[in-house]
This record gives sequence, C-alpha cells and structure tokens, in this order.
Amino acid sequence: MSQTQGGFTKQKARNIFWGGSVFFALLFTALIVNTEQHIPQRSHAADITPAVVRGKAVWETRNCIGCHTLLGEGAYFAPELGNVIERRGGEFVKAWIKAQPSGAPGRRQMPNFNLNEQQLDDLVEFLKWTGQVNTEKWPPNIEG
Amino acid sequence: MKPIALKYKSQAVAKLYFIAALALFAGQIIFGLSLGLQYVIGDFLFPYIPFNQARMVHTNLLIVWLLFGFMGAAYYIVPEETETELWSPKLAVALFWIFLVAGALTIVGYLAVPYAKLAELTGNELLQTMGREFLEQPLPTKLGIVVVAVGFMLNLTMTMLKGRKTSVGLVLMLGLWGLTLLFLFSFVNPHNLVRDKMYWWFVVHLWVEGVWELILGALLAFVLVKTTGVDREVIDKWLYIIIAFALMTGILGTGHHFYFIGLPGYWKTIGSVFSAMEPIPFFMMTVFAFNMVQRRRREHPNQAAVTWALGTSVIGFLGAGLWGFIHTLSPVNYYTHGTQVTAAHGHLAFYGAYVLVVITMISYAMPILRGREANPLRAQALEKKSFWTMSIGMGVMVLALTGAGVLQVWLQRLPTSGAMSFMATQDQLATFYWVRIAGGVIFLLGLLMYLASFFVGASAEELAQQPAHGGKGLKAAPAQRA
Repeated sequence: MSQTQGGFTKQKARNIFWGGSVFFALLFTALIVNTEQHIPQRSHAADITPAVVRGKAVWETRNCIGCHTLLGEGAYFAPELGNVIERRGGEFVKAWIKAQPSGAPGRRQMPNFNLNEQQLDDLVEFLKWTGQVNTEKWPPNIEG
Repeated sequence: MKPIALKYKSQAVAKLYFIAALALFAGQIIFGLSLGLQYVIGDFLFPYIPFNQARMVHTNLLIVWLLFGFMGAAYYIVPEETETELWSPKLAVALFWIFLVAGALTIVGYLAVPYAKLAELTGNELLQTMGREFLEQPLPTKLGIVVVAVGFMLNLTMTMLKGRKTSVGLVLMLGLWGLTLLFLFSFVNPHNLVRDKMYWWFVVHLWVEGVWELILGALLAFVLVKTTGVDREVIDKWLYIIIAFALMTGILGTGHHFYFIGLPGYWKTIGSVFSAMEPIPFFMMTVFAFNMVQRRRREHPNQAAVTWALGTSVIGFLGAGLWGFIHTLSPVNYYTHGTQVTAAHGHLAFYGAYVLVVITMISYAMPILRGREANPLRAQALEKKSFWTMSIGMGVMVLALTGAGVLQVWLQRLPTSGAMSFMATQDQLATFYWVRIAGGVIFLLGLLMYLASFFVGASAEELAQQPAHGGKGLKAAPAQRA
C-alpha cells in the first residue's frame, strides 16, 4: 500500500485508538470523582430540604424543561428560570403560574398545571435553591 | 438496475427497520414545523398541543428513528462483515415490533394525557427519571429500551462470535455497546440538580459526541468500502484514526457542557481545549470520504449513495465541527449558552452527522434489499435532488437560527445594564423565525422528494438498455457525484 510507506499500519492506528480512548476515559473518570467532591459545597447541598426535593419532582413531572431553560439547558421557547426568584421573587412566580394561560391572542401560552399551594411552595423552594448554585457567574445579567 | 440477491438472507430484517425509520423521520419533521410556527404564532395549536409536548415528540422521534436506522444498518452490515447469517432473525423481527409499539405508545402518551398524569400512570414514583430533556420517556419505555437494546446486542454479538471479525464490524459493535451501556445513566437522577445534570450529559454528550461517532464512522466506512472498492487496509486505518480522535477529543470535550451548571471552574479550561479539537475527526472524515471516492476502483451503479456519503462527511463537519466550534470556548459560551446559537448547531450537527449517515446507509442498502444493485437512474436523480433540497432547507434554517442567536446575545446577554427581557427579545427575532420556517418547509419538500424516489421506476430507455450491460458498473451512469 502506498500509504504504509511511513510504516504507519492499521495495527498502529488501532493501538492509538485503544490507548487514547482508554487513557482519556480514565482521566475523565478521575476528574468526575474529583468533581463529585466539589459538588456539595458548590451547590449548597446542605440546603436541599425535602421541599426542594419535592419541588424538583414537580418541575420534572410538568416537563418544564420542554419550554424553559434551567441553568441554560432545556428548550429555548420560554425564559431562563435558574435566576427567576432573584429576577421576580417567589410570590410573583406563584401568582404567574396560577394565572396561566394568559389567553392573549398570538402570544406564547403556558398551560395551567393546577398546582396546589404546597406544590407551588415546593417549586419555589426548588428554584430558590437552584438560584444559589455557583454557576461561575452565569447568566451575564438578570434577564437570564 | 441489475438484479441482485442478498448475500445473507437474514439481512432482510434491515428493511423493516429502515421503513420505520423513514416514517418516524417524517413525523419528526411535521412536529418540527409546528414548533417553528409556535415561535411566531405563540398560541398555535394551544391548548391542544402545547409547545413542550410537541417538542418531546419532535426530539424523541429523532432519537428513535436514528436508533431504528442504526439497528437496521447493523442488521444489514454485521452478517455481511462476519460472513454468516444473523444469530436469530426471529429475535430481530420480534424486537422490531416491540420497539415500534412501545415507541408509538409513548408518543400517544405524550399527546393524549397531561405529562403529570402520564408520570403517575407509568409509575414514575418508583424511580423518578422523567421530565429531563430528551429523557422524558416514562419508566416502562426506558426499561423497554434497555430490553430491546440488550436483545439487539445479544443477537449481534452472537453473530459476531461465530463469524469473521473485521474492523468495520468491531467498531460498529463497540459504538453500539457504548450506546447501550451509556443509556443506563438515564436511570440516574440524583436529587441534587447539579449532579443530575452532570450524569445526564453522560447519556447525551457521550452518545452524540462519543460512541455515536463510532457508529457514524463504521457506517460511512462500510458504504465507502462497497461503493469505491478501495482496499480495506486503507479504509480501516482511516476509520481507526478518525474514531481515535473522536474519543480523544470528545470524552474530555464533555467539559464544554460543564461550564455554568455548578461544576468546578477547571472544566472551563478542559472543556474549551478539548472541544476546540472536536472538529478534527469530522474534518478527517471529510478528507477520508473524498479521498476514497477519488481513489475508487470501480464505478458503483449506486451513485446516489455516494452523494449521501460525501454529503454527510461535509455537512457533519460544518454542523458538528464548525457550528460546534463557534460557541464552544467558555468565554463565548458564557454569552451563547442556552440561546438560539445552540439550536442552530444542534440542528445542523444532527442532520449532517446522523440523519445523513443513516440515509447514506438506507440509500445503499435499500435497493439491494429490494433485489437490485441500485435504483433506477431517474430514482437516483430524484434522490440527489432531495439531498440538495433538504440540505438547502437545513442551511436556511441554520443561518436563520444563527442570526436569531447572535441578535439574542446582543440584546439580552451582552448589555450589563438595561438588557432586554427574554420575551421582548423574542419579539425582535420574529423575522429570523419566519425565515427558519421557510427553511423547514423546504426541508420537508426535500424529504418528500426522497420518500417519492422509492416509487420511481426506470425510464423506457433504461429498461431497453438493461440487457446490454450484464457486466460490472453502469455505463449510463457517468460519475455524477455531489
């Protein structure tokens, strides 16, 4: 083969693949182990109350991520909510959720999820906790 | 149009998978259009199909149809590479129906009942895994996916064990095993959102920027082996180097998702450095595909498949490589994170790398599964037109979304004081969103052309010419490439 003149064989290519992949997979694993040790402090894990846990379940079972972003991840159809408590306050968030859908013609509509007071409070607790996470100063400004 | 028989009878199961893949693809695009419309006509289809429901259907259909495509491809490739029949064609057919019915029920579930009700009905309480982007499937569906994947891998592995072991076969298997094992992280959902997000990327990133690239490389290499006749030794070497770079950059490249979700700051450096190199394997793929076609030793009658193969190598590089690079460095991503720039990249990358490689495979294998070496020339011409139409449609969409993203960053993210709110910004992006819909309509047109190409027969001249060439190659098809 003309390509093998440099002595670069398929076996060498395969060895680079295996050696490289295994090396980086191990390095990645080591970094994840290290990261795990930082997470409790960076996320204020001690503040994860039962209300925060229940709030996360409310968040998940209403598929909020299907329209909103949370810490920048999710759908890009509706506002970022990682800092929504800071931006709007908990009471506003609860009132907003209860008032949906707005029914304004042509505007994006948020469904009404018929949450009870407990669920609303839990959701706010979850978002409040999320707002405390050390995100390396993201988002750049309050608008998210 | 030379008649040809399958080398291994059991390869025939691939046909079911390919047909299902294309049907679900069409569904994905329809829902995509409705989502695009909701961006400009906010209450379109509300309250019947709220945005979040349509989006779940759109993204889940994408994943599922690509999986059907990969599975069909594997059922076609593995017998041919191992030179033996599938271990159990019956299992392959049974798993097909299980997967299809489970998938259809899940989609019906998304559309028919409120998501919270679906969670309740399907026992989300037992193990809470729902409500996370792309992993919205109810618990029974997730378990079903595991069952199907394990059965599928068992079938292929047993086939592999009794036959010849080629590099293409091994790389494909490695990619599929990786896909299966990494999916298990979809069951990991810690209470701590930060940890939840970190492990979520083990599925999402390590699939599309990790093990799926192995599958992509293997499918592309297989089709190039078959259509160019270039020596396997050469193609295998390229394949190994490409996937080596894919994993050496892609594994630590996961860090580009770890910048702003609560993980340590060192990921900003690691993610930036390694993900900046992620375009390398995609660039190599482009060079590889063009090189092999240039050095071809035969004129394969299926030139449409060659067009798709070259297309995936180029658009994969543009979408995954270039559009990924523009927002991957952490100082840039600080402003673009969670904007329409991400949407632009996501669309072009999935289309270029994965949609096109599955179509490459379907375009190569489907004629043979239908008993002929290649499609009639008129059908191939339509396929090529559909390639260009879809690609132009996608190009329009991606440029529009990129424009929207840049403006969004300008209005909402860059100002340190007096930044525009999210919704006010969205109003300013309406023109871009309309252009995006136009791109989507062109894309749908291209897809319909592709589907139509399956029903186009040979012209009278081509039929008349047929007995004239029983030999190799096809005189009537002068190397029309891309």
